[in-house]
Amino acid sequence: MTQIDSTTLNQWYVIQSSAALTPSQPRKTRLLGRDILAVRQEDGQATAWEVSTKGEQGQALPVRECYDYVWTTLGEPDGDIFSMPEFYEDGRRMVVCGIATVQTSPGRIIENFLDMSHFPFVHTDVLGAEPDTEVNNYKVNLRKDVNELWATECGFYQPKAMASATEGIEVDYQYRVANPFAAILYKTCPDRADAMDLVGILPQPLDETNCDIHYFMLVFDDVNSDQELIQFQQGILMQDRVILENQRPRELPLQRGAEITIRADAASIQYRRWIKEMGVGFGTL
Amino acid sequence: MIKLYDYILSGSCYKVRLMLNILNIEYEVVPVDFYPGLEHKKPEMLALNPLGQLPVMVDGDLVLRDAQSILVYLASKFDDSNSWFPDDAAARGQVAMWTAFGGGEIMAASAARLHDVLNYPFDIDQQRKSAHAAFVILDDHIAEQEIMGLDWLAGGAPTIADIACFPYVSLSEDGGISREEYPAIERWLRRFMDIPGFIDMPGVLQHWRN
Repeated sequence: MTQIDSTTLNQWYVIQSSAALTPSQPRKTRLLGRDILAVRQEDGQATAWEVSTKGEQGQALPVRECYDYVWTTLGEPDGDIFSMPEFYEDGRRMVVCGIATVQTSPGRIIENFLDMSHFPFVHTDVLGAEPDTEVNNYKVNLRKDVNELWATECGFYQPKAMASATEGIEVDYQYRVANPFAAILYKTCPDRADAMDLVGILPQPLDETNCDIHYFMLVFDDVNSDQELIQFQQGILMQDRVILENQRPRELPLQRGAEITIRADAASIQYRRWIKEMGVGFGTL
Repeated sequence: MIKLYDYILSGSCYKVRLMLNILNIEYEVVPVDFYPGLEHKKPEMLALNPLGQLPVMVDGDLVLRDAQSILVYLASKFDDSNSWFPDDAAARGQVAMWTAFGGGEIMAASAARLHDVLNYPFDIDQQRKSAHAAFVILDDHIAEQEIMGLDWLAGGAPTIADIACFPYVSLSEDGGISREEYPAIERWLRRFMDIPGFIDMPGVLQHWRN
């Protein structure tokens, strides 16, 4: 594999949920094309190391546990894992939805997550419905102080916006791309008008065109069980998976004019520009 | 009311949901955290199905496992038209044969999907090969039926055999199994999606059918 760019190398990546990593269940996986092994020690500490091509234990990797996930890096991150203060709010439920394996690049996954225009066609009668296919003229901002990309004022009519929604509502969306390969959606909470529910996707790039997507919901919801919330979100992700695996090339094209864009793609355009400026070469063309 | 212990991404549970919806039967869904929770392997669910599999259907005192068996039960009890599981001996034999195919050979496509989506440790090449072998047999059979003017697996009307085969055939691409080589299957899938009461599930591309 070609040299991995430093931006990609110096990120924290989720490699397993905290709950799923137990002393009896190590996780043998890959990150950025390298074999790694995550192990929960008997004393409770999460550890990880590289595994050589011969299967021997290699270099120990830094490990953090944060937001009910186990994170590691193959580089030297400038900062900490992105902040998500909502995780600590009283009354919110963190629902870890598992891992979905998708044959595509991490950039394609983030871009699809940001794209509202596919809702009526891919998530029919759930996140969208014809003829209400109009995407509002939302705003995209690069917040230079934190180096995060935000899309705001994304209003959209949704027949069943969240698991707890019983009728269609006009949903307010905000997207936050906290680093090139981590994105969080903030959307109107059907239960509490003053609050936003969070849906996060944290692709673990196995290599340039294969990812394990770790995803979660962080919600106020007194109605639905975890089982119901998980199934709702897994259903949506499986619909996206079909689309993602059919996109060609699997890498995200960053050169000008590679794919025809329309106004509704503003977030996608900004995302591609932003990661290109940061020098992300991994999983892109 | 009928209770269905259900997992949204399970094609086998989807078979039961299809039948319930087509026959317009009211039912209650009990969502089971198949993944990541592995709830189907926990004592409460093992008490209902010692095989640790979904779906499980409960109707009063009756507890049934295995999607094919549940289809037989639902059609026998609720289908007034008697067409989904017909009485005629020869017809019923054919229906049972293709229903078993749906719960048997076709399940290689389910294994490939579990491997690709949820990382199940299956031999993916072997599963895909087995699925293709089953699809060849299915495609040939549908083509022969069509020549005789029959649109469905076991005759001129859809039966539980079609329901038993539909989910994992239509979800095959989730497991990296292309259907490009099977034009008769594609025609049958499109006909199936026009059955009154049809519902989709994530991964079934209903809106692309035309």
